[in-house]
Amino acid sequence: MNILVCITHVPDTTSRIAFTNDNTEFDKNGVQFIIGPYDDYALARAVELKEQNGGKITVLNVGEADSDPTIRKALAIGADEAIRVNAFPSDSFFVANQIAEVAKQGEYDLILMGRESIDFNGGMVHGMVGELLGLPSFSPVMQLEVEGGSAKLTREIEGGKEKLEVSLPFVAGCQEPIAEWKIPNMRGIMSARTKPLNVVEPADNTAHTSIAAYELPPAKGVVKMIDADNVQELVDLLKNDAKVI
Amino acid sequence: MSVLVFIELEEGKIKKSSREAISYAAALGETTAVALGNADAAELASAGANGAAKVLHVADDRLNAGLIQPYAEAVAAAATSTGSDIVVTAKSSLADAVVGRVAAKLGAGLVSNVTALPDTSNGFVVKRSIYTGKAFANVSITTDKKILAIKKNAIEIKEDGGDAAVEAFSVELAGDLFGANITATEKAEGDILLPEADIVVSGGRGLKGPENWAVIEDLASTLGAATGCSKPVSDMDWRPHHEHVGQTGVKVSPTLYVAVGISGAIQHLAGVNSSKYIVVINKDEEAPFFKAADYGIVGDAFDVLPKLNEALKQALA
Repeated sequence: MNILVCITHVPDTTSRIAFTNDNTEFDKNGVQFIIGPYDDYALARAVELKEQNGGKITVLNVGEADSDPTIRKALAIGADEAIRVNAFPSDSFFVANQIAEVAKQGEYDLILMGRESIDFNGGMVHGMVGELLGLPSFSPVMQLEVEGGSAKLTREIEGGKEKLEVSLPFVAGCQEPIAEWKIPNMRGIMSARTKPLNVVEPADNTAHTSIAAYELPPAKGVVKMIDADNVQELVDLLKNDAKVI
Repeated sequence: MSVLVFIELEEGKIKKSSREAISYAAALGETTAVALGNADAAELASAGANGAAKVLHVADDRLNAGLIQPYAEAVAAAATSTGSDIVVTAKSSLADAVVGRVAAKLGAGLVSNVTALPDTSNGFVVKRSIYTGKAFANVSITTDKKILAIKKNAIEIKEDGGDAAVEAFSVELAGDLFGANITATEKAEGDILLPEADIVVSGGRGLKGPENWAVIEDLASTLGAATGCSKPVSDMDWRPHHEHVGQTGVKVSPTLYVAVGISGAIQHLAGVNSSKYIVVINKDEEAPFFKAADYGIVGDAFDVLPKLNEALKQALA
């Protein structure tokens, strides 16, 4: 079984978000970068599927050289080889196009990624990749079992979930609880150093959008504390001040 | 400018978030909506109240369930047939999966999590939420065709229009688009959908166990609210995963978010920071959630919630 896992290189979920250069660039100062948490679930499930079925996991990132430590971590977790498309991931279509071009070079049974990146939260790349390759796409996928040429998957819908049976190959945007995150062990970390990480140049530079400027939300006011014995005060505030009930 | 809106139906009703999308679209130009699968004509006509001039109805029974590929095909066909410059949809778990495909089909620039109308004074620039609500980006779309997925509860619903004209619309949908076979659907019946809710009441580990959820449910029922929970609560299976609010769960943007027994880890805050008002009830006065709250009560949930519920019932009676 040949699996392509697409990962993003994103600020840790606890990062303080700030911008520089007149609010046109993300401020990386002091920010720890990680594998996108949803992508990390996809990778963990890929490792489990490989344990069950054999095969190979290729991890793919569209990013600049500062992604390499994140890619090495994915190799330490269990991917066999990596490809980095050497470009700033400027736009969802641009990224989807690069993924589709790489996918065309290999015979992948599954193309997995997170349901969305945690920097832009668009959740659109899996659908675009599916369309560009003429493959079905599913998201958000919370369970995935493979049996021969077909798969059983569970997709979260608003207020519940649905179970589907589908044929391979397809594209899936993954989320918990598809698998538990895996922490690399020492052997994984050692072997990751020598696993291939191939850097390729982007196939096409088409982007459909560009960022004009960033901004931060207005600062939150000070919390008003209410005595636990005086819940009526809270009711009055919600009704008369906030006017939300 | 002509605009097409993809309407999502929930048990035959137009979803609130789709009405927000129609209201948004109507502010941009002549709005046509498209609805897929079985639907009542009067319900579809009611999209006119929100600003749709016309509703195209693809009454194909195969579309009664939300299927990603055929939906994308039908939405793209409607956009092409109406000559729409812009496709607008609510951001949702289904629409996300569908409109990425539509964007690739049409070569349309796509922006998701849109929170405001575009600025067209110099090109086409829309404001969108990024970093799970911790910041915004103003994004310029450079393609002729554009797709906007609107963040829930960001746009006020207009209700001043008359009925829309409902027209049958037929789309050629090849059988191979229906390769995915839905074998089972599990859905909480009659509940208010968490991502759409105006008010959300969420519980955390402070409630000590799933058997204690009645205090959350009672308060939610009084307020007409959806119920949510923190990640540990969903991880321990106290509550179903679709109630998990936070960075890796559902992001909500209600007018009122009530958090009970949740400490307020930064990953949980990321899922609620676009709420208009936040009430935090926690027995630990050091809980970080208080810093993100508008109103706070330090106290035991099992003491405060029943009292608050009674007071609310009287105020709302």
